[in-house]
Order: sequence, then C-alpha cells, then structure tokens
Amino acid sequence: MTQIPNGSNYAVDMRDIVIRFPGVLANDHVNFTLKKGEIHALLGENGAGKSTLMNVLSGMYQPESGTIMVKGKPVSFRSPKDAIAAGIGMVHQHFMLVPTLTVTENILLGLNEPKFFMNLSIYDKKIEKLQETFGLKVEPTAKIWQLSVGEQQRVEILKTLYRGADILILDEPTAVLAPQEIDELMETMRTLVSQGKSIIFISHKLNEVQAVADRLTVLRKGKATAEGIDPKGLTRTQLAELMVGRKVIFQVDKLEKEPGEVVLEVENLFAENNRGLPAVRGVSFEIREGEIFGIAGIAGNGQSELVEAVTGLRSSEGSVRINGTEVGNCSPSKSIRCGLAHIPEDRTGVGTAPNLSITKNTIMKSYSQDPISNGWRINYVAAHDHAVGLKDSYDIQAPTVDTMARKLSGGNLQKLILAREISGAPQLIVAMQPTRGLDVGAIEGIQQILLEQRQKGAAIMLISEELDELLMLSDRIAVIFDGELVGQMDASEADLNQIGMMMTGTLRSGE
Amino acid sequence: MRLPFKLKFEPRTKDVPKWMPLATSIGAIVVAFIISGIVLALIGGNPFRVYSFFFSAAFGSWGAFSDILVKATPLIMIGLGCAVAFKMNILNIGGEGQFYMGAFFASMVVLVPIIPLDSPRWMVLTLMALMGILGGALYGFIPGFLKAIFNVNEIITTLMLNYVAVYWNNYWIFGKYSDAGFQMTPTFEKVAWLPKLADLAKEYPFFSGITLHLGVVFGLIAAILIWLILKHSRWGYEISLIGDNPKAANYAGINIKKNIILVMMLSGALAGLAGMSEVTGVVHRLQERISANYGFSGVIVAWLAKLNPFAVIPVAILFGALIVAGREIQPSGLSFMIQGTILFLVISSDVFLRYKVRIVRQHQEEAA
Repeated sequence: MTQIPNGSNYAVDMRDIVIRFPGVLANDHVNFTLKKGEIHALLGENGAGKSTLMNVLSGMYQPESGTIMVKGKPVSFRSPKDAIAAGIGMVHQHFMLVPTLTVTENILLGLNEPKFFMNLSIYDKKIEKLQETFGLKVEPTAKIWQLSVGEQQRVEILKTLYRGADILILDEPTAVLAPQEIDELMETMRTLVSQGKSIIFISHKLNEVQAVADRLTVLRKGKATAEGIDPKGLTRTQLAELMVGRKVIFQVDKLEKEPGEVVLEVENLFAENNRGLPAVRGVSFEIREGEIFGIAGIAGNGQSELVEAVTGLRSSEGSVRINGTEVGNCSPSKSIRCGLAHIPEDRTGVGTAPNLSITKNTIMKSYSQDPISNGWRINYVAAHDHAVGLKDSYDIQAPTVDTMARKLSGGNLQKLILAREISGAPQLIVAMQPTRGLDVGAIEGIQQILLEQRQKGAAIMLISEELDELLMLSDRIAVIFDGELVGQMDASEADLNQIGMMMTGTLRSGE
Repeated sequence: MRLPFKLKFEPRTKDVPKWMPLATSIGAIVVAFIISGIVLALIGGNPFRVYSFFFSAAFGSWGAFSDILVKATPLIMIGLGCAVAFKMNILNIGGEGQFYMGAFFASMVVLVPIIPLDSPRWMVLTLMALMGILGGALYGFIPGFLKAIFNVNEIITTLMLNYVAVYWNNYWIFGKYSDAGFQMTPTFEKVAWLPKLADLAKEYPFFSGITLHLGVVFGLIAAILIWLILKHSRWGYEISLIGDNPKAANYAGINIKKNIILVMMLSGALAGLAGMSEVTGVVHRLQERISANYGFSGVIVAWLAKLNPFAVIPVAILFGALIVAGREIQPSGLSFMIQGTILFLVISSDVFLRYKVRIVRQHQEEAA
C-alpha cells in the first residue's frame, strides 16, 4: 500500500469497541482497522471475541461504546440490513444455501428481484459476468447439492458481491476445505483485493495467514494483543503466545512404541446414512495395541457413519471385532463392555446430557459398576468423589461438580468427556474430531492425553479433518473418500500433497 | 409510544438458590388467586367473600379436610405416575384411561368373582390392588410399546385410549354387571371396602363421618417409592439421562426402547392403583364418572410439583381443596378457572429461574 493511511483510506475503522455480555466483557476497547484493498487477518481462540467483533460490524450487535467508520463515514448499524447497505458482506462458516435451488436462485434469494416474471436467464448472465470479474467459477444453473463444498463457498461469496459488498468478512473459510481448495480460495481472495475489495479473514492457521494477509490482529479474552501487525516473519510460537498468553509447545513428544496385539478388526463394513444411502462402503482395517490409526478426509465422506458403525450406534453389515469379540451391529452396551471408549464428534448432542450435573455426566459409562453402583442403588457419594477426582486430575474448570454440563465451555466439556472415557481404562479409543473448535491450550492437553493412552497400550482410532494433527499423532494414516478407505500408509511416509489428492478423490493408492 | 423504562431479560449464568423454585411457585399461586379475584370482581362477585367461603368450605372442619385428602389421594398417585413419565420426556396424558382400567381390573376381583368372597378382607383387597396395578400397567404398555417399536406419538395414543377406557367401562357396567339397569354395578361386598377412619368411630367418636381411607397411605408409600427410584436408583439415573438427552443415553449403552415401555407401565400402574383405591375406598362399586378428571388434573399436579415426588403431595392437596370448594360454589367452573390460572402462571414463572429480570430506564439505555 502506497497510500497514506488517513481516516478516509480505511474501509473500516472501529475504535474502542466495548461489548458486554452477562458476566463477560466480550470486547474490551478493541480497535480494528481495515484498509482499502487489503486482506486483514483476525485471529483468536474460541471466545476471544472475534465473532462478537464481526457481529458488531455486520450489524447484529450494537456496541456499548465505541465508534465505527465505514469508508470514512461514521455509521451506527441498527440491523444487518444497514450493514449490507453499507457494503459489508459476511460469509459464514456454515453455508446458508438452499440445496435444491440453483446457484442463481440462491443468489437472488431474499432480494427484491426479479420483480414478477422469473426470467432467470438474464440473471444467469449477470452472475456469469460477476464471476468473470472476480474469477469465481461456478455454473449458475447448477443446483447447490451438485456442488462441492469449495464451489458452495464461492456461491456464498458471489451472494455478498451481488449485493454490492466491497468489504467481505470470511469466517474461518478454510475450515471446511481440502488443501487444494484452500489454495484456490487464496487465489480468489487475491483476485478480489486486486479488484478493489477489502477482506477480513478469520482463521486459526498461521501458514494461511502468512500466505495471504497483509496485516494481522489478534484477540485474546476480548482484548487486542496485536493490532494490525505484519504477519511476515512471525513464528508459530510467537503467534500462539499472542493468542493464548503463554508458551505452547507444538511438537508433542511422541515416544517410540512397538504395536502389540490386534485390538480392533474391521472387515468389509457397510453402513447407510440417515437418508438410507450407502455411506460406508466396504471398509476394512485393523488397529493394534499402542497404535494410533488416523483417518483423514473431508467432512461428510462417511466418517460419522463409520464411527457410529464401529461403536455400535448404527446398524451395519460386515464385521467389527474388539479383541476377537464380534460387536458389529450389536448394541452400544456390548461395545462398552468390550472396552470401548468413544469420544463423539458432537459433544453437546451425544457426548453429554446438558442439564445434568458434572457428576451425573461422569458416571454415564460406569453407573452400573462397582463402586458407583451397588445393586439397584447408585452410590452418589462415591459418584461425587469420582467426579471430584476427575475434575481435579483433568483440570475441568467449573465451580463445583454439581454444575450443569451445559454451563461448561467447549474445552472443559471435551475434558469431561475424555476424563470419563479414559477413567474406564479402555482398550480401544475411538476419537472423532477430539480437538475441533478448541483453543490452542486445550488442543495441546487433549493430544497429550491421547498419546499417554497410546503409551499405556490402548488402540486409538482418530478421525480428524486437521491434517497436521493426524500427521503428528498417528502411526498409520488412512484417507476416507466417499465411504471408502482410498489409501493406507505409515505416517512417517505420508505425503501431504498425496493425502490431499486422495481426500478429493483424484488419487487412489494402487491405481 | 415508548415507555420510560423497559424490562431486560438476562440469562442467568449462576445456579439459582435452592429456595427460589419454591418461592416462585408459591408467588405464582398467590398471583393466580389475585387474577381470579379480579375476574370475580368484574363479573360482579365479591372476591373476598368468595375466597373466605372457599377457604371455610375446604378447611373449615376436619370433615371437610378429610374430604380434601380423599380427593387428593388419586391425584397423588396419578401425579406421581405422570412425574415419572415426564422425567423421561414421555408425555403420558393417559392417566384417566389407566385409572379407569385399574378400577375395572380391581372390580373384576369381586364381580366375576376371581376369589371367593368369604376370603379374608386383606386377601381380597391385596388381590384387588394387584389387579388395579396390573390393569393400569397393561393399559400403559400399549402406548409404550407403540412408541418404542413404531415411534407412535404417545400424546395421541394415550389421549385417545382415555376414551376407549371410559367406553370399555360403560359396556361392562351397562351390559354385564348392571345393577337393575342403572349404569353402575351393585355395591361391593364389605370385604372389598378399603378401611376408613369412620370405621373407628365406635371406639373414637371423633372419627365419625371422617371419610379418609387407606388409599392415602398407598399414595404416601408410592411417593417414597418413586422418590427412591428417581433419586437413588440406577433406573432413575437412566430415566433422567434419557429424559435429558436420549442420544447420550443411547451412547452410554442404555436400552431406550425397554425403558420407554417400563416407564409407561410404571406410570400406568400408579394410575391403575388410584382407580382401585377410588372404587374400593370411595364409591364401593364400578360406575360411570368415577373420576373427577383426575387423569388430567394429575398432569397439572406433576408439572406444578416440578416432577418432585414429595412436592406432588401438597400440590395434590391444593387441587383437592379446589375440587371440594368448587362443589360448594356457583358457578362451579370457578375452581377450574383458578386451576388453569395457577398452571399458566406456575409454568410461566420459570422465566424467573432462567433469566434475571431487570428494569432499565429507557434514557439510560440510550446513553449507553
């Protein structure tokens, strides 16, 4: 940028923003500026106040104090409508598209055009023109359900552009994408700024930020710990320190461990998804004692169904054996008796009962065993002690063990689930996305716990969308695509590029 | 027009103090009486006179109070049955039908008769109680089974089965066991009457005319039993886990289908026992309209008691009082109005437990 950054050069200039929620200061005098034609990355842990700040900018919240200037003019948004009118467009992490409508129809949705006659072909052309300008290729007449996740994201971006946005907020846009798609998105972002748009890019990942962002703002506990600094030359450790406020060791210590006996054997497993379509198609693998088996893949390629079939939660065909006992297509309780611990994908919907106390949540798997239960009774004194023990040793942050589970933060809830599952001394741990959405500090703790269990001889099946995490923790890695394992390799021989191509289905091992 | 102040609802971040739920419920009941009083005044009545009459009709004498307890007895048992089911998020509103089926099964003991009527009294009554429990449990099994296996909505099935039970009863009391063509069976032999306090009037004249019968003891024992199940048993834990998050319960290895059926049967059994207690303790025969809408009031009792087994008892007594007082007053719909207002306000008073309500002056808000 050669322009002098005076007031009118800022696309967005937010000063001293204060937002207070019951009990927390979500934004504590935060300053945030976005220059015209730049990509400004916004980082922070969950709950650091990123979303709150962006919701202020997109008109969802009104700040208690502070000023907002958009393109040099002071504004006070009463609703998201005002923000859109001022040229601010937000692309949410979860897409808001109607799957059965076409791209054009989705873009026009909610607008006051076409007025009466649905002469959509005119609009198809308009949108094609928009696509050419910004290099966002999607077939306007295609239905949303036919598109890949990356293409759907482009539709979301087109939606904001069609509404005249020149300030785009991209909320963790790379979280749902495969490596190649991430590269394409970055290309798109560069094209957009070269055409005069300005972008706020929310991300957790330093390499992405360094690849595209001109400047960087970091939030921690509602305060800015870095305001508009240059991300080039920043190390991962420095960045983590800005986000967490203490040093984080990235390289977890993975000790050598010779795999033992086979614990889990999955053979030719088939399962359907909730709509009755085949989701797991002939999957076979085995996991040994003291081994972490990582499964990579883009969300929605059968991971959830595979995990549910293995843990007995979903009916399946084929064979699942834990230590030689057939548990496939039986009941969850049989799998639990065979020594299964399951860290589910959905912490609040499956892993815990939100309105029950921490104590009651910690005995979910052990309530029928000594010492928690004696005969028909539950010994709530023993249960309480058990819960207090887990709370202390896993450092679960909560006032007491009588606190309801729904009052825990995501990281603490995940610790509660891990504590409960691991306290049963499991032989097989199935962990699905165990670190998703957690902050750097909590991620580190949870990875540490998994490695400890590996050291103790547990067989671990780890499903994650974070390739870095998989590569770091796993002994062997498989890639799932469209319900099939398309490649299995030793983690030491794994090649990121190759895995990326397998994830998108462009490569199969053995082809 | 803008008011000079507005209410601000803030979600509570901390747990509410233990006394708070009770205090808000009592507050809601008081407000319900005030609102009903205003309605009374609007239609030309004198609320103070009505309420004092109400009060003396209900609590004015030991006889009246005993009547209240007699009315409260079935409400306690049905309320407990509803509380168990609601705890698991099974909305059993079939208490009425299960009550009738319990009464029918119990009556069959003496009408068929299943046991010689010269058997000892305790034996006849025990068998009747067991039959009442069985009748209610079987009638709870039907919707429970349909829900567990075919996922049929239990609200619809339990509600509809209420009518089936009433007409089933009518068939037998008109068609088979009618007493000289009236829609009732002949009075049961004394051996099938639950003991009541009035039976002791010879020794203790104080008890003469006191209608309170042994059924109230069934209710108290049931309350203790349900409390043990819900608060201390493994089964109670499973029930609360299913009620709060069925997916988590399934994940924890709990058999949800089995529990739906069992809980519906327990819920029905309690209503069935209430039916037995009513025919043996109060009417001494099977007839039409043995229930003063107990099955439906039981639903309200369970909600007002916040599904707490011991709280069911005082709430049932309050409703018994409304029923007794309602008999003495015109229009008799008054007590239903008060019941409805209480339910509405107690349920809405939950908002105070979940939110902190603050009054904020408008101009302060503007300044902020």
